[in-house]
Amino acid sequence: MTQTTAIHGEKISLLRVLGPAHVWALGVGIVLVGEFMGWNFAVGKGGAVAALIACWVAGLLYTCVAMIDSEVTSTVAAAGGQYAQAKHIVGPLMAFNVGLYLVFAYTMLEAANAITLGYLVQTVGTMAGFADVHDKPFIVLTIMFLAWLNYRGVYATLTLNLVLTAIAFSAVVILFAATKPWTHDMLNHQAFLNGLPYGWVGVIASLHFGLWYYLGIEGTCQAAEEVRSPARSLPLGTMTGMITLLIAATMTWYVCSGLMPWEYLGQATTPLFDAARLTGSAPLMVLLFVGTVFSTLASANGCINDASRAWFSMGRDRYLPTWFGAVHPKNRTPYRSIVFLVPVAVIFAYFAPLDQVITFSILSGLLGYTYMSLNVMIFRRKWPLNTIRRGYIHPFHPLPALVLLFLCSVTYFAVFLGYGTQLIAMMIFFAVASLWFHFHRYKYVRRGDQFTMQWPRPAGY
Amino acid sequence: MNQFQMLEYAAWALSAVLGLWMLLDMIKTNRTYDEDLLTSSKEGQIDDALVIDPPHQGGHK
Repeated sequence: MTQTTAIHGEKISLLRVLGPAHVWALGVGIVLVGEFMGWNFAVGKGGAVAALIACWVAGLLYTCVAMIDSEVTSTVAAAGGQYAQAKHIVGPLMAFNVGLYLVFAYTMLEAANAITLGYLVQTVGTMAGFADVHDKPFIVLTIMFLAWLNYRGVYATLTLNLVLTAIAFSAVVILFAATKPWTHDMLNHQAFLNGLPYGWVGVIASLHFGLWYYLGIEGTCQAAEEVRSPARSLPLGTMTGMITLLIAATMTWYVCSGLMPWEYLGQATTPLFDAARLTGSAPLMVLLFVGTVFSTLASANGCINDASRAWFSMGRDRYLPTWFGAVHPKNRTPYRSIVFLVPVAVIFAYFAPLDQVITFSILSGLLGYTYMSLNVMIFRRKWPLNTIRRGYIHPFHPLPALVLLFLCSVTYFAVFLGYGTQLIAMMIFFAVASLWFHFHRYKYVRRGDQFTMQWPRPAGY
Repeated sequence: MNQFQMLEYAAWALSAVLGLWMLLDMIKTNRTYDEDLLTSSKEGQIDDALVIDPPHQGGHK
């Protein structure tokens, strides 16, 4: 017989089963696909050297993100991540917006990954000599299968991500070693590097896709209610994830820019796979194809996990209908949120062009990073060090926050150069959503219940 | 019909099965359990003594 009603004091929560390796797999798994495809559009914007500058500038931006995120998340350990942080530190309206940024960023990224996987299968079909092959069945299957996996339980989902991500990262390292970077046998940077063909404007423009090297690493904190030791696991998983990505990004740039001219690299669909083809090694080609597929799957898988946690948290606080705040009694997953977001991802993956989907994801992420820089300054001012227990304290405050704010401003300009209409459309959407929340939805929120942290009164209040 | 087209149909069929599986399980779960129990999760609370796993602990209707 199963229990079907709540008795006094009993409740169902998300399952605390994850360790630091799962957190690493969640963060790196979402992002690593950016090394296999997407980052190279930065080369098209400003040349290979500009892409390297963008890689390191974006790396600095994301190091600031990871440091800030680690401190705040180790203190506000709740599903919803930055949404829950914004609620406690800034206020409900900011939290509602941040929740939407998260859901958009991850759902769009999931759709982009599904489109990519469909394209890869379609390419294999075409190369095998089949006529009239379609990508749509595989796009839908990717989303359905990974949603089903997420529905069934977080442990299996993120253990799969760990395996997929480890193999994909190993593929990048093996390719780097196989090109013998200590010799000039294969890599020929002197022939292919041509400075800055579009000058420093090209460097700024390339920042748009430079974010693709790391976009999503901040998703680690969505696992806060499912890790066994949030104060230890989240900073550890996030920081090691960031180090992994900096290494992978630099290796990727070095191999690709030494094997291909920037005119080709800047518009290639699968640059790392193309690099493997240029080495002439069949095992490397297979490995990098597998790495591309695995990284895409891992990214979509992590995105479903993160988007559903953000949506679930908003439902739990009544920012959205409470129906979304339910936990599956057997699987211990936010099952209604997972199912609800499936058609959203399918619609975008089915009908929207890839570059638009990617841009909406980047823009949502960028809005989230801008919030994070302001959030941490407010956090330190309201709750100075030693007033509440922090699992991690990031150094040099407020320098990382100011650097992050500056880099976000530059990147907005970079996005505006290429996708100004989308940027303005997105701003209008969030403004309208904010008005809806303020004038309509907030009256349903139980104002006292949403603040769950046992913190002292903020300084100055 | 070539082999790739069969693969495409298999992908559509598997997608439909997985989608229906989730949908039916969601409906079944919604009907079986009390709404208060399903939405009883609280943000950031770590109190294992109170967290239950109904199917594994037995209980009552």
